[in-house]
Formats: sequence, structure tokens, C-alpha cells
Amino acid sequence: MKVLVTVKRVIDYNVKVRVKSDNTDVDLKNVKMAVNPFCEIAVEQAVRLKEAGKASEVIVVSMGPQNAQEQLRTALAMGADRAILVQSDDVLESLSVAKILAKIVEEEQPGLVIMGKQSIDTDNNQTGQMLAALTGMSQGTFISGLEVSDTEAQVVREIDGGLQTLAVKLPAVLTVDLRLNEPRYASLPNIMKAKKKPLETKSPADYGVEIKANTRLLKVEPPAERQAGIKVANVAELVEKLKNEAKVI
Amino acid sequence: MAILLIAEHDNAALKSATLSTVTAATQIGGDIDLLIVGSGCTAVADSAAKVPGVRKVLVADNAAYDHEIAENVADLIKGLASDYSHILSPATTNGKNFMPRVAALLDVGQISEIMSVESADTFKRPIYAGNAIATVQSLDAIKVITVRGTSFDPAAAEGGSASIETLSQVSDTGLSRLVSEELAKSDRPELTTAKVIVAGGRGMGDKAHFEMLDTLADKLGAAVGATRAAVDAGFVPNDYQIGQTGKVVAPELYIGVGLSGAIQHLAGMKDSKVIVAINKDEDAPIFQVADYGLVADLFEAVPELEKAL
Ligand SMILES: Cc1cc2nc3c(=O)[nH]c(=O)nc-3n(C[C@H](O)[C@H](O)[C@H](O)COP(=O)(O)OP(=O)(O)OC[C@H]3O[C@@H](n4cnc5c(N)ncnc54)[C@H](O)[C@@H]3O)c2cc1C
Ligand SMILES: Cc1cc2nc3c(=O)[nH]c(=O)nc-3n(C[C@H](O)[C@H](O)[C@H](O)COP(=O)(O)OP(=O)(O)OC[C@H]3O[C@@H](n4cnc5c(N)ncnc54)[C@H](O)[C@@H]3O)c2cc1C
Repeated sequence: MKVLVTVKRVIDYNVKVRVKSDNTDVDLKNVKMAVNPFCEIAVEQAVRLKEAGKASEVIVVSMGPQNAQEQLRTALAMGADRAILVQSDDVLESLSVAKILAKIVEEEQPGLVIMGKQSIDTDNNQTGQMLAALTGMSQGTFISGLEVSDTEAQVVREIDGGLQTLAVKLPAVLTVDLRLNEPRYASLPNIMKAKKKPLETKSPADYGVEIKANTRLLKVEPPAERQAGIKVANVAELVEKLKNEAKVI
Repeated sequence: MAILLIAEHDNAALKSATLSTVTAATQIGGDIDLLIVGSGCTAVADSAAKVPGVRKVLVADNAAYDHEIAENVADLIKGLASDYSHILSPATTNGKNFMPRVAALLDVGQISEIMSVESADTFKRPIYAGNAIATVQSLDAIKVITVRGTSFDPAAAEGGSASIETLSQVSDTGLSRLVSEELAKSDRPELTTAKVIVAGGRGMGDKAHFEMLDTLADKLGAAVGATRAAVDAGFVPNDYQIGQTGKVVAPELYIGVGLSGAIQHLAGMKDSKVIVAINKDEDAPIFQVADYGLVADLFEAVPELEKAL
């Protein structure tokens, strides 16, 4: 069984993003970029499936600018076998990403597609579910546990009320939550090896997908700043303030 | 214009997130129909019919919709969509699961977690863990939207008298089935609607010490939340997590204990009305958003606070 994994190039999670002064977008110039943390967990899971003899090949895909190659190389260094970059400098909204992925699924016929549950930049949390819809596959979202058999995957899902276990038929699209695993660091020899692994560059047109805008971005603003508060000297002062000033207890 | 609103419920009553979504729908304008989908959920219809401003309640009660299995629920909604200009659901884990599937089946985009309605097609939503707010306009004929519950006041629950219609069609794709569910049982208020929240972080040290917060919460009638670090360390289960990738909360009073205030955590609580932080490190970032900061060892401050209440 082939496993297809997606990795998105996003701002490093430690960096606090700034809004451009003309309010058109966020400023990503000279900002450290990285693999979306959820995608790293997806790659780790796919590589573990291969190590366990459940997956025959791990193919990693990214859509975005040319330098998304860096994130694909990271995934290859973690243990993926080959990479596909669908290069585009256009804004690729989730539905367009899902449409391109659907074509790749048609070509590669993976038994599992493993994706991040959300990108930490646009926080959409939708691409995996959309891909599942377009391909008619089952979906296991926000998963923190996975067991794969020949015909189905048992997934533990993190839901509002606790945990839910589903059996989803294969082929399936899975989106991973943070507690599924702890991704490995790529070793230096593996980073060197990854440079020689195949990385194919394609365009959305190669897949016959027309990039369509479903939304128009009108404005990006910084959030309302909170008023700076005060430090209280002790518990007694805290209780007094909460009672008499804030009036919340 | 007509809006189809997918209700969040527990087979007995509507969840407050549904009522917040009704408020968002009212701001968009047009007729509002509520869809109750589930298995054994007919009882919810009566309470849904009482929500003022609702035109019609649609009920899809079938074993195929048990636990709102996304493949089946999305298929059902797709079949209903052509009568509507907007499809709304609360941004709960249910809505987040099936709504993007609905959108793709309809060949439209989804606007996730809106926090305000600017017009019938334009909305504000947080991006980059809430460090930027985007105003986005939908260009699609049918607008598929999830709504952040804490950004809209809940609508009134009583006073209306909508008609109730039972749907006979059943979508059963057979793609997924429930194996088991492990739901947290608690007598405390739910995190997303609680007026007071006590949240703990890695600084609580271990599971046994985290329980200190339970006693404090009980005194305040509060819900208990946590950071991801506290969940990962096994102090508390995953449904306690507040933040970018957990729950979004906005209580009247949030008390953060032994947590540093990472941006991913702030994303889930910085709209709280009053924020209190207890941390022994005076440089902890949580103090930058706290209305009242107490630099102290939590193992002394928390018992003292509990006694002072
Ligand atoms: C303010 C703003 C600025 C924007 N600027 C840009 C821009 O400069 N360039 C641009 O391309 N888009 C831009 N977009 C569009 C936005 O990034 C898309 O909506 C996004 O690429 C797709 O949604 P998502 O990544 O949030 O999906 P989610 O549904 O949150 O992602 C879930 C998972 O899908 C997979 N995935 C999603 N996208 C990709 C991808 N491209 N490659 C591989 N895997 C993927 C990942 O595994 C990810 O974890 C902008 C949007 C906004 C609001
Ligand atoms: C993609 C991604 C998503 C994430 N999503 C979330 C999310 O949704 N929610 C979330 O919370 N995190 C999330 N995180 C994790 C986040 O980055 C932080 O690691 C986490 O919030 C830190 O938790 P903490 O504040 O409990 O721990 P720490 O940062 O370790 O802070 C512990 C604090 O306790 C204080 N302390 C210790 N002992 C005492 C004492 N005796 N008395 C008083 N104070 C004491 C310390 O001074 C310190 O400030 C995410 C991370 C990533 C990469």
C-alpha cells in the first residue's frame, strides 16, 4: 500500500507574525519558514507505517512556491521515498489544493492519504475533508491514534467531549492531531541521502486543475490589543480587585 | 436568501454553540432553517422549534447519522443545499469534520470560524493563531461557513414556534462506523460556555497537583482547562486543551496558573473579559495579557486564594 503525505510550507510556529502597514496581508518577508507542525506528524506516521511493513512507499506532496522544496527535502530526510512539488505562486485556496491532490490520488492510488488537521498560517482545517469528498473516500479527522489493517483503519479522534474511535474503510484520508506521535529529527546522513531522492516538479496545469478563487481577501488587521494590566502584590489584593474593581467574583 | 443551520446537540437539547450560530445567521439575514441530524435526536426538535427567528426545523433521525458520521451527514446536507444561499454550523469538532466535506461536494469553498458578519458575503476570521484578523468575501453561490461560538452572543432559546418537518431520505455511505466513544463526565460547566475558567499548565507539576485546581474551580463554579503541555504530560485529558488547536474560550474570568502564555495558548483565551495570571516567573508572556498578575509560587498562592474566596 502506498501512503501519500502532504506537507505545507508555513511560517515557523515560534515566530509571531506581523500585519503589513497597508493592511493587505501579513508580512512574510525574511521570516523563518518551516514544515507545518501537523504535517511533520503526518510524515512521521507514514514513515512509521513503512517501518512496520504496512506501507510500501511514502510519497510526499507540497503545493506552493519553488522553495517549498526545502520542506519536501525535510520530509525525505525523515524517511519519505519520493516527493512531488506542484509549483505555483498563485494563492492556492483549500479547494484548489484538494482538487490537485485528488488528481494525484487518481494517479498514485494510495491506500492512505495522511495530512495535517490544519495549517498554522490560515488555520482553515478543511483541505483533508475536501479531498475525501472529492475522491469519495472515507475520512478520519483530528486523529491521535491509528491502527491499520488490510481493509480499514481504526482511528482515535480528538473531539470536543473526549475521544472517539472510528473504523474507516480504506482507502481513506486521515488528518492528524498533535498527540499522534512525536516526529523524529532527521540525522545528518539522512539529510545527505535525501538530497538524492527523487523530487518531481509539476504545475497545476499538468493536472488539468484550474486555480479558482472562492474568496477575496479584503483586509488583514492586527487583533485588538488588550490594555496592559497590573501586578498585584499578594492574594488578598487579587481577591479585593476581582471583587471590587473587576466585579467578576 | 435562506440559511440552513446545522444544529449542535446531544440528542436531548441544543448546545449553546447552536444559539450563537443563530445570532450569526440573524446578522446575515434571511429565513433560517435548523437541521437536527443524528440518531435518536427527535426530542431536540421540540426545543429547536422554540428558538425565535427559526422558520422551520428539519429532522433527520436515523442510525446512519449516529454520532454525526461525516460522510453520511455531508451527503444529506448536499441534498438539501440547493434551497439555500448559506449553510452554517458552529465550529465544533462536529462542524469542522463534516462542513468542509459539504463544501467540496458542492464545489465551493468554506470560510472557517468566522468571528463577525460584515455583510451577507463578507466575514472576519482569525488567522495565524489570532495574530491577524482577515476580512474575507465569499465569491461562491452557496456560502459554507463555520461560526466561532464565543464571538456571538447566544440567541434566545424560547418564544418561537417553528414548524417541524421530518426528512425521510437517508444517506448511508457505509464508509465509516463508530467503534467506541470515551466521553469526559463532569459536573462542572462546559469549557466553551463557562463564565469562569481555571486553567493550569506544565507548572502544576503532576496529575495529583493539578487536582488543586479542581477544588479552586468548584469554589468559583468554574470549568477547568489546560495548556497543551499539561495535556501532553498526562495531567488531564485532551478535551481540556485551550488554544489554537484546542478549544476557544471567552469567559468573564480566566485564571491561568503555572502556564507561560505561548501564542498558541493565547489564541484560545485572549478574548476573555478578565484575565488573571499566577506564575513565579515575572517575565512570563502571560503577564502581557493579564489584567491582574500575581508573581508567586502557585503551590502557595492557589491554596491561599481558595481560602480567601
Ligand atoms: C491573509 C492570507 C494570505 C494568504 N496568502 C497566501 C499566499 O501568499 N500564498 C498562498 O499560496 N496562499 C495564500 N493564502 C491562501 C491560504 O494559504 C490557503 O487557504 C491555504 O493554502 C489552504 O488552506 P490551509 O492551508 O489553511 O488548509 P488547511 O485545511 O488548514 O490544511 C490542512 C492540511 O492540508 C494540507 N495542505 C494544505 N495546503 C497545502 C499545500 N499547499 N501543500 C501541501 N499540503 C497542503 C496540509 O497537510 C495541511 O496540514 C492566503 C490566505 C490568507 C487568509
Ligand atoms: C502547532 C502547535 C499547536 C499548539 N497548540 C496549542 C494549543 O492549542 N494550546 C496550548 O496551550 N498550547 C499549544 N501549543 C504548545 C505551546 O506552544 C506551548 O508549548 C504550551 O502552551 C506551553 O504550555 P505551558 O504554558 O503549560 O508550559 P510552559 O511554557 O513550560 O510554562 C510553564 C510555566 O509555569 C511556570 N511555573 C512553573 N512552576 C511554577 C510554580 N511552582 N509556581 C508558579 N509558576 C510556575 C513557569 O514559570 C512557566 O512560565 C502548540 C504548539 C504547536 C507547535
